[in-house]
Order: sequence, then C-alpha cells, then structure tokens
Amino acid sequence: MLPVAFRTVRGTIIVSVIEDYEAAQVRDDIPEFRAGDTVRVHFRVIEGSRERVQVFEGTVIKRQGKVNRASFTVRKQSFGVGVERSFPLHSPKIEKVELVTEGDVRRARLYYLREKVGKQARVREKQRA
Amino acid sequence: MPAIIGRKIGMTQKFREDGTRVSLSVIEAGPCHVTQIKTEENEGYSAIQLGFGAGKEKHLTKGERGHLAKAGTPLLRHLHEFAVDEVDVPSDGDEAAGELTVGDIVTVASFEPGQKVRVTGTSKGKGYAGTIKRHNFSRGPVSHGSHNVRGPGSIGAAAYPARVFKGIKMSGRLGGKQITQPGLEVVETDADRNLLFVSGSVPGAKNGLVIVRPA
Repeated sequence: MLPVAFRTVRGTIIVSVIEDYEAAQVRDDIPEFRAGDTVRVHFRVIEGSRERVQVFEGTVIKRQGKVNRASFTVRKQSFGVGVERSFPLHSPKIEKVELVTEGDVRRARLYYLREKVGKQARVREKQRA
Repeated sequence: MPAIIGRKIGMTQKFREDGTRVSLSVIEAGPCHVTQIKTEENEGYSAIQLGFGAGKEKHLTKGERGHLAKAGTPLLRHLHEFAVDEVDVPSDGDEAAGELTVGDIVTVASFEPGQKVRVTGTSKGKGYAGTIKRHNFSRGPVSHGSHNVRGPGSIGAAAYPARVFKGIKMSGRLGGKQITQPGLEVVETDADRNLLFVSGSVPGAKNGLVIVRPA
C-alpha cells in the first residue's frame, strides 16, 4: 500500500509514521467550508442509553488546526442568546456537515460577530458571478 | 506478560469509538532478540537479556560482538536485562509460551490493545533550573518594590537549628534522569511496522530509548 503522507527531501521520499497515521484519520466525506459560511452540523449525542442526532446550524467563525486535529467553531443566536460550539472536524461523532450558504468575509476569524447583535450580526452571502 | 525495548518516535492523537480523543506516544518497539538467559546456577539470579536496534561493527566492542555472536543474533546496539519474575515472556510464534530461549524474538505482537504498561526512559535535560520549574514553587509578587520574584524563599529557621536541613528543595540540575511513567494504556499495535501506540506521554526526547513493561 502506498503511504498516504510523505515529504520529499532532495528527491528522496521520506515517509513519516506519524504524518501517515494522522492523514489516515482525515475524513473525506466532510464538504469544504470556511469562516463565514453557514453550516448545519449533525452531531451524535448519547442521552442515557440511546443515541440521537442533534443538529447545530450557524455561522462558522473559525477553523483551526491541521490534519486529524482540525476543528471548527459555529456560532448561532438561540432565543436571543449567542451560542458557540466547537467541533473536532474529523470526529466520528459528526454524522455529516451540510453547507447551507457561503459567506463573503474578509477575515479568517470572525470574532467581531460576538459584539454585534441583530441585523449587524449577519454575514453577507457570497454573490456568484 | 512481555517487556520490550523501543525507540520513541513522537506523539499524535486519535479518536476512540465513543468520539473522545486520546493523545498517543508512538514507540517503535522491537523486534528484540533474546541474547542471554541468566539462571540461578550460573549467575546467581534469573533474568532475560534482550537486545534492540541494528548496530554497526564500529559501535560495538569486541566483547559485545563476541557476546552477540554466541547468541547467534545480528549486531544489536542496546542490551537490557529483565528479571524473570517481572517478565515471563511468551516468545513469538513459539508453542512453549513463557519459556524463552536464546535467539527468540520478542515483538509488539506480544502486547494487546487495552493492556496497561509502564514506560521507562531518560527525561529531557532541562539544565540548571530554579525552584519554580524544578519543584513547582510559587512565584512572589512582581510589583510594589518586590525583589522576591522567582526566589526560593526561606530555607529554614535561624539560631536553632543553625543549619539547613538535608534534602531541602532547591534549584539544581533538572531532567536527564531515568523516569518511569506508570499506568499507560496500549491503545493500538502495528505488527507490520513494529509500532506501539501508548496513551499519554512518555519520558524523553524523540529517538530516545524507552523500555515498555507490563504495569
């Protein structure tokens, strides 16, 4: 089997055991999204003995980390209160992530949304040419 | 329960089935050759000597080369002895489990996920360290004219006992010592690549020699 991750140093292929191990954990069923996008995260939660899927929909305010450690934070308004939740991107507890809308933002971290309320706390939608 | 000699490769993490993350130390462990069996009659105590790591002729003394030639093993860089009551090692593919003979090979296959182990290694040297880093002392105030910022504070009373007691925690050389980390869990093994994935951190720098023993 060809290793998933390798680097080349002056033409020689160097396989790192750890890079290989981490790359193998990356899920390829998660759509691409970035800060500003609105996503719907289907997250498995265990309540007592049964398991159900909880949906968390909101604006992605940051993406953080690389390879199998990557995580992202979603912010939404719930009954007038801002709620933020961070998810490990490649967690087996994430059933799926749906990309709802793409946002048009100029920053990678949208922390300024925390100070805004109501109409100002929105992200402009990306206009397709 | 087996013991094995290995090399620390580094750290990573993975998800457990329940979605929790575990930090992992990756150890390239074995294959270790049994180089000598010490017995009560011959040496006065019983032990198993294991060897690990490909060596070059120039790195071994004539005596070491002779010892390994007698055992019929390839040149090995590191030898380590394990008391027999601490390891009744099942040998690799050998029917007589618990009975090792010279020339047998111990691999990661003798470890099972879920098993508790303790890992011994040489910790990273920190040089001459103060009491805050070395003994977890508290820092003094940094403002309002304080000069007691990282100092050790009082080291004893005055006229009585008129001396400093032995063993008082002070600054000094930190790290670079043998440390055993108990209670780690084997999370995964990879027999093809001789890898052992152990929960949590393991003493020493990358490429450092570590010894994995059952807890």
